[in-house]
Amino acid sequence: MPLVPLIRIADARSGDKGEGSNVGVMARSDAAYTFLASALTTEVVRRHMAAINAGGVKRYEAPSLRVLNFILQDSLGGGGSASLRTDAQGKTHGLALLRLELDVPQSVLDATPH
Amino acid sequence: MPRKDKVLVANGQGFWGDSLLGPIRLCREGPIDYLTLDYLAEVTMSILQKQYLRDPSKGFATDFIRMVDRTAPELVKKGIKVVANAGGVNPMACKEATLGVLRKHGFKGVKVAVVEGDDIYGQLDSLLAGGETLANMDTGAPLASVRERVSSANVYLGAFPTAEALDQGAQIVITGRGTDPGLVLGPLIHEFGWKRDQFDLLAAGTIAGHIVECGAQCTGGNYVDWRSVPDMAMVGYPIIEASADGSFVVTKHAGTGGLVTPRTILHQLVYEMGDPRNYIGPDCGADFTSIRMEQVGPDRVRCTGAKGSAPTPTYKVSISYQDGWKALGQLTISGPDALAKAKLCAEIVWKRLAYDGCTFSEQEKTVEFVGANVCHAGIAVPHADEPNEVVLRIGVKGADKAKIERFGYELVPLVTSGPPGVTGFAGGRPHATEIIGFWPALMRKDKVATKVSVFES
Repeated sequence: MPLVPLIRIADARSGDKGEGSNVGVMARSDAAYTFLASALTTEVVRRHMAAINAGGVKRYEAPSLRVLNFILQDSLGGGGSASLRTDAQGKTHGLALLRLELDVPQSVLDATPH
Repeated sequence: MPRKDKVLVANGQGFWGDSLLGPIRLCREGPIDYLTLDYLAEVTMSILQKQYLRDPSKGFATDFIRMVDRTAPELVKKGIKVVANAGGVNPMACKEATLGVLRKHGFKGVKVAVVEGDDIYGQLDSLLAGGETLANMDTGAPLASVRERVSSANVYLGAFPTAEALDQGAQIVITGRGTDPGLVLGPLIHEFGWKRDQFDLLAAGTIAGHIVECGAQCTGGNYVDWRSVPDMAMVGYPIIEASADGSFVVTKHAGTGGLVTPRTILHQLVYEMGDPRNYIGPDCGADFTSIRMEQVGPDRVRCTGAKGSAPTPTYKVSISYQDGWKALGQLTISGPDALAKAKLCAEIVWKRLAYDGCTFSEQEKTVEFVGANVCHAGIAVPHADEPNEVVLRIGVKGADKAKIERFGYELVPLVTSGPPGVTGFAGGRPHATEIIGFWPALMRKDKVATKVSVFES
């Protein structure tokens, strides 16, 4: 199976939520959603984002939208105006997650537009 | 009673600081019935509260007055109604300034309404004495633990008071803190006569409001496939073409830049989302997963199927409090060896401060080398080539203001007493600024009294 970055099969947008952030991952095909629902677990996301997120990860599934929504519970270095980080609002967390490399079946790649 | 088949509600301001062109162009470049404008964030309320305490004629979003001044002729000529949360902590003063601008332009008889009741800062002690704990929703701690440091407290009001103001004939409605989606829902309740128990309709208006609340973030701004967005400079701000049955089309004016597709809208639907099935608002719960989107024309997406549920008995309260001090500064360090020299600069700062008895824990300080993997450090593979320059961004935080101020003295000296190639100190010495903490809480709705007043220019 080809190793490809998540951005090949999904979009993402992120923003702040209290002391954490949310990353909405939007699969670009039904096949991509089905694949990601099993491959993109909270543990995979927690490990990939560990340098940003000191807390846990919660996942919500919305198959009708082909969306997996991840809450990174401690990802802003204090949150709000207490953060000293450049990205104090988690604006770039979505793009950070889209860098994740996954073994994606060729059939999923074929079914998913770039 | 429904008065129109379709109502056009546009949002021209996603936050305080958004482009002034949003509202100006929406008034100019095509038809709209309503112009909504969002100026408030948690941090804004605290800043406005401080301005108000220093000067009782302040405490509202002054950008709004500038916007009315720029657009007044078109607003009046075209009969565009305006709903804005520009009132901040002083909506009456905002109303006075708005009437002043309308009079300056010679417009008489324009009705301006004020919605009040969100500001509970002055009632905090009586609320606490009356049994409300206003406990922190995240930590469970009672508000009493930070009471003396609280700098603002506002309830997120629902959309019905705004609808009431429009029912009374207001052309401009100024509110304090309400939910952002309520800016759109209020006009729809007024136009279509939606009732408090029509949860699917209220959810439709809430979801529509959520889609447009960040302005161009649903019309091609901050979009992963950014290369496909035409004319981002002249991006069109979003317009909801709403129907009485709760269906709506998201669009933008013809000829404007940007892009409206199910994909650009989905980007905004997930923004700051929690549980997609249960978005909790003051007027209803909304199930974001119930929405179906269909491209029905160029830059036109029809949304149907919204499902809602009964609201909770509580309002969300946004409380801000003083939570220490911070200072941040930056210097630019050129190559050769930019990164190594920037690292040395940071070490020098900490060592000089320590000599003067000023030390900080790891949690109290930050060092970033901007340009050499900051946003995605530890995730993205660092660039193999040495950068030709980096920006050293260095800062501290803590409870002791004097210590934070002391830090600020040791940055600029690096220009003459550090490695070669240190520049970009144009901002001068960094100073201590207040950290404003957020305290989300809940309180019973029956303890909040809203009031709608209408005035005329």
